[in-house]
Amino acid sequence: MYDLIVIGGGPAGLAAACAAWEKGLNRILIVERDKELGGILNQCIHNGFGLHYFKEELTGPEYAGRFIQMLKDTGVEVRLDTMVLTVTPDRQVHMVGRDTGYRIEEARAIILAMGCRERTRGAIAIPGQRPAGVLTAGAAQRYVNMEGWLPGRRVVILGSGDIGLIMARRMTLEGAQVLACVEVMPYSGGLNRNIVQCLHDYDIPLYLSHTVTDIRGRDRVEQVVVSQVDERRQPIPGTEMVFDCDTLLLSVGLIPENELTRQAGIAMDPRTNGAVVYENMETSLPGVFACGNVAHVHDLVDFVTAESQRAGRAAADYVLGGAVPDGPVLEVKNGDGVTYTVPQHIRPGRVAKNCDLFFRVNRICGDSQILVQSGDTLIARFPREHLAPGEMEHIVLPRVLLDRASDSITVSIQEVASK
Amino acid sequence: MKELICIVCPKGCHLRVDEAQDYRVTGNGCPRGEEYGKMELTHPTRVVTSTVRCTGGAHSRCPVKTDGPIPKSLMMQAVRCLDGVELTAPVHTGDIVVPNVCGTGVSFVATRDL
Repeated sequence: MYDLIVIGGGPAGLAAACAAWEKGLNRILIVERDKELGGILNQCIHNGFGLHYFKEELTGPEYAGRFIQMLKDTGVEVRLDTMVLTVTPDRQVHMVGRDTGYRIEEARAIILAMGCRERTRGAIAIPGQRPAGVLTAGAAQRYVNMEGWLPGRRVVILGSGDIGLIMARRMTLEGAQVLACVEVMPYSGGLNRNIVQCLHDYDIPLYLSHTVTDIRGRDRVEQVVVSQVDERRQPIPGTEMVFDCDTLLLSVGLIPENELTRQAGIAMDPRTNGAVVYENMETSLPGVFACGNVAHVHDLVDFVTAESQRAGRAAADYVLGGAVPDGPVLEVKNGDGVTYTVPQHIRPGRVAKNCDLFFRVNRICGDSQILVQSGDTLIARFPREHLAPGEMEHIVLPRVLLDRASDSITVSIQEVASK
Repeated sequence: MKELICIVCPKGCHLRVDEAQDYRVTGNGCPRGEEYGKMELTHPTRVVTSTVRCTGGAHSRCPVKTDGPIPKSLMMQAVRCLDGVELTAPVHTGDIVVPNVCGTGVSFVATRDL
């Protein structure tokens, strides 16, 4: 019997396991399906990781390397090349590995840290032929950065998510020509800094409110057709542009990988595509926690680390302290302009001092305020100079304010009229 | 007056730089934004990351970065220095891969163990 089994050895799993170890758990197992720890960071060779956590700018492999080193100084057990097949409600973990075969391990607590995967062509139903040369930006990133293959020479990128932007720069540096980055929304889904340093630096045009409406080519992509879209995201006839290219990269969103979570019967949130979680990242199944991109898709690994450390510490408290009565539960509701919040539920009695609340907005706003209300009473207000859907927002709610709320709190945004 | 988006950290502050007033920066959330705003209009620089061949390790490519910023105008020239470079495992994070890239005094260093 393990104290804790962590599913996934990426940044979330590593941080959660280290934090749980520090809090006093000593029978911890990380199960990882890849041949090495570090998860997606291993292929994210660009820099910009760790500014919050390490206060310096690291590349993905360096960031992962620091945590792998930290883990080596603990007694945490790691099982690589092992796939978890099932998590049961009574906390049995079924797994299969080349060396260990089929095993069933039991744990007092479980942390789900499986991360997310990319949406593919099928998920967005692009019309046209089905030639080779259409791949996700993350797949291209793995080919280029880890396996040493350049997947194409003339490239169009659909979607302006961060991985697509990063790959626009990466493919350019490797000698490919990136003709355009095409985004269906009127704003980019990626971080502003990536628009600047990945597109502007290399004079790659960004077409907002445009999408790919045809893919042409028999064996290999030969052309893609890009059209402007209206407010309802419908292509406008007569606006077609034809690009001669051999590759189309897709950066059209990420889906938390929650097959195990659903199978275990854990309550899901359709807004995050992750489990519904409490303030300490515990799911609807007591003793099972979720953190990182499996809970909601983050922009920054630093925030994944912080969230996962909270989950790790909470799992340790659960194992060492036993079950604690829930007490009152506040539901966190999405008000105007807010698309989701994490956590979705807060138990004020479990909040030591402050409760971190993360959310995304549905539109770009200038000078704004974030409002937290309980019923008709305003309990907190946070000013922001700028809000964007591509940038996750974070507020800290002190326990004293939560104690004043009853039943639910509502988070909304309000743009301050420009002067 | 020029408007920029700061790229120092993922926050992406919206900077305003006044060329007429000795590149005075406003809108920055931290001192590093001020430095970036000035630099970007006078002498823009970037840290460059890429990969080189590696034999004998778990993967066939080893990621590298410049261990300091280099002038933006030298980015393409810098990555060309990596063509033909081949490492042999074991490689350690921080090992120098190409010293003094394009005469900048900055080196390409390995960013993982292989």
